Amino acid sequence: MDTTLSQTVGTTDHGHGPAKGLGRWFFTTNHKDIGTLYLWFSLLMFLTGGCMALMIRAELFQPGLQLVRPEFFNQMTTMHGLIMVFGAVMPAFVGLANWMVPMMVGAPDMALPRMNNWSFWILPFAFSLMLSTLFMEGGGPNFGWTFYAPLSTTYAPPSVTFFIFAVHMMGVSSIMGAINIIATILNLRAPGMTMMKLPLFVWTWLITAFLLIAVMPVLAGVVTMMLMDIHFGTSFFNAAGGGDPVLFQHVFWFFGHPEVYIMILPAFGIVSEIIPTFARKRLFGYASMVYATSSIALLSFLVWAHHMFAVGMPLAGELFFMFATMLIAVPTGVKVFNWVATMYHGSMTFETPMLFALSFVVLFTIGGFSGLMLAIAPADFQYHDTYFVVAHFHYVLVPGAIFSIMAGAYYWLPKWTGHMYNESLGKAHFWLSFVGVNITFFPMHFLGLAGMPRRIPDYALQFADFNAVASTGAFIFGLSQLLFVYNIISCIRGGERATDQVWEGSHGLEWTLPSPVPYHTFSQPPVIK
Amino acid sequence: MIKRVWLLPWIGSLVSLPAAAAWDVNITPGATAISREVYDLHMTIFWICVAIGVVVFGVMFWSIIHHRKSRGAEARNFHENTAVEILWTLIPFVILIAMAIPATATLIKMYDNTDADIDIQVTGYQWKWRYQYLGQDIDFFSSLTTPNEQIDNEAPKGENYLLEVDHPLVLPVGKKIRFLFTANDVIHSWWVPDLAVKKDAIPGFINESWAIPEESGIYRGQCTELCGRGHGFMPIVVEVKPQAEFEQWLADTREATVAQAASATEEWSLEQLIEHGEQVYNTTCAACHQATGQGIPGAFPALAGSPVALGDIDAHINIVLHGKAGTAMQAFGAQLNAVDLAAVITYERNAWGNDTGDSVSPQRITELQQ
Repeated sequence: MDTTLSQTVGTTDHGHGPAKGLGRWFFTTNHKDIGTLYLWFSLLMFLTGGCMALMIRAELFQPGLQLVRPEFFNQMTTMHGLIMVFGAVMPAFVGLANWMVPMMVGAPDMALPRMNNWSFWILPFAFSLMLSTLFMEGGGPNFGWTFYAPLSTTYAPPSVTFFIFAVHMMGVSSIMGAINIIATILNLRAPGMTMMKLPLFVWTWLITAFLLIAVMPVLAGVVTMMLMDIHFGTSFFNAAGGGDPVLFQHVFWFFGHPEVYIMILPAFGIVSEIIPTFARKRLFGYASMVYATSSIALLSFLVWAHHMFAVGMPLAGELFFMFATMLIAVPTGVKVFNWVATMYHGSMTFETPMLFALSFVVLFTIGGFSGLMLAIAPADFQYHDTYFVVAHFHYVLVPGAIFSIMAGAYYWLPKWTGHMYNESLGKAHFWLSFVGVNITFFPMHFLGLAGMPRRIPDYALQFADFNAVASTGAFIFGLSQLLFVYNIISCIRGGERATDQVWEGSHGLEWTLPSPVPYHTFSQPPVIK
Repeated sequence: MIKRVWLLPWIGSLVSLPAAAAWDVNITPGATAISREVYDLHMTIFWICVAIGVVVFGVMFWSIIHHRKSRGAEARNFHENTAVEILWTLIPFVILIAMAIPATATLIKMYDNTDADIDIQVTGYQWKWRYQYLGQDIDFFSSLTTPNEQIDNEAPKGENYLLEVDHPLVLPVGKKIRFLFTANDVIHSWWVPDLAVKKDAIPGFINESWAIPEESGIYRGQCTELCGRGHGFMPIVVEVKPQAEFEQWLADTREATVAQAASATEEWSLEQLIEHGEQVYNTTCAACHQATGQGIPGAFPALAGSPVALGDIDAHINIVLHGKAGTAMQAFGAQLNAVDLAAVITYERNAWGNDTGDSVSPQRITELQQ
């Protein structure tokens, strides 16, 4: 009886709010609640991984071993990388997708809401398992976030098995999240929302989701092979048993290179939303942005061995991967040119999201330049596994991925909470982060070129000065994130009321909804002209 | 490149460091024709990136300054231009081809491993290097000599802190040296920036690379692949000498090997063994088992009071000679000579309260090795 009624009345019946108490969060199938859970989880992991980074930088402030022993240092570099990649950056993007994708395509929720709940709730268990290894006998994983065999198999601490299961769980969560996003975008678009009308954030996430589905099983495969080597006597990666340690690297980087694009494509999407809003001008080259993103994604499957120029590949292999890698600069360049062309003859204002987005463009491009240098195989022999690489990937990940997440958070917070965040505090957070990031990571270029290898707990005296500078910057950057946390919390608690459109130049379905967004939105599909 | 002079006084007030402090910002042009070519390639690419950066950021900042709302800028309504978009796809493509050509040429040269004058096998061990001059009867290990007191800040750090070894790799000037890289346990990577050689040393694989050092001198490098707790403590020192001096060194080294073999048949007193054994222990064993013999709980077992060091002598010798499968304990029988082995085992049985009074003779080691 009830069912017939609600079917005839349509969606008006669904105006009920969230459940009461903790159950709301455990059992929720609401995309906004799950988005919120993902974002808080990611913030927590960002702060955890950040503390590990600060421990690393504190030890490296001066030559000599002061605070930690080398074995613990190795656990910190490993955990810092794993937590930031799988715990901070990826869940943050999934959280933003959960919140924004249904609202941007005019859908009432994600396509598979129960699976959505599950894909989030796996994560706290996966990361508890992984973090618990730090307290196990022999310590946690100490072989770097790239866990090259045989250091991660024959020579690994016993806790590696827990690490493998944690990675399996993260993979399951990511695959389910990706399936959900694809299903939502392909099936739940409002009538009239054609593919080439999708906001770029939705487009970049659609492509990212396909990358995730393609490569997370590869990661699961490689850790399973490790598990077999460790416990079941196989020799996939053990040369003494006829295996091949280099095979590990090929499989790992076949996952790993698309993985780095998984961490940057949604960032491109966020920035492509923010720059037009604050330039009050339509995004330049929408179609070419879509094509560029797709070509970056396709090329990402053909460049994995540029992480392995020093393993002794044959000349033809080196050349192929060098050329393919250089080619990625073309679509990436197109994106940067499009952003600059969007700003050109716009009418710009510089609120916090725009400041983060602009510094994304500049600093990500600097990371791109060092990436281009690294692509040149003969020169890469001098850069490989030095701090130059550390500088490169932190430039694309911190002021790249993480700045875009912060930009997105400030951009959409008023929509989520119904309050404006504190703009001066936001700007202070931006400038401290901007200065901190550059003081931390710019000197690392010099350290690497001058010959400092990465992942060392102690270093020769000629590297002392720039290390002290980098450590100082790291503490500036790290502590300034407390402003971010404070700003978010105070924005949730109150503040100036946000209008529905929030920003003068904002366009798109999400800005037609009230601020704060009601618990259920687009129960009836919007009309798209 | 950029000199960050403005940072100097600020940092100076933050930390006071030894005089060896330096602000090196670039890779070395190095000591070989290839390393100079790589340096030139690096600088070319760097300046191309700078040029692109100046143009892109120039337009961007010009827009930020002039096209801001506070200056009354009104947004224009253009959002695509096929000609411009094709142009800025093609121009980068052409620039990339221009970069790829010299890079390919250099890479082809670097891959020409033929016609070497000397072949040296380089083997990575946790955490030292082994150099074998193939066909020359020369085979030795090269380990870090920086004392633990310096690492633990209990003594002032020396000039070549963490970049000094007991036995450097010695090479002649002007000869083509071919390196054959492999590893005994995990993956290591052998890097000497001045030779522009960086190659992974992988267990079960042999990798090749080569260099023709053009000037005498001492060149330092480090392991560049994470290989465990001692990764930061296995430097590489290369001493390049004129041909005559190199040959003298070859002769001296061979002679020393013979003398060492002879000493294995001599009588050694307990005190002599313990004294020599302490040195061997500190360079070979202390990285894992620690100078205190306490090991690292959960990772490396303690030797002080351990059943192995206090129990059956032959069982103790057996573990040291052949290692322990499935653990990080290596087979030192192939790495150390009989005197070193006898001395270090004797030391382990008499240090840190392990007062067994046992003495192991080099002859006993030789016997068990046969």
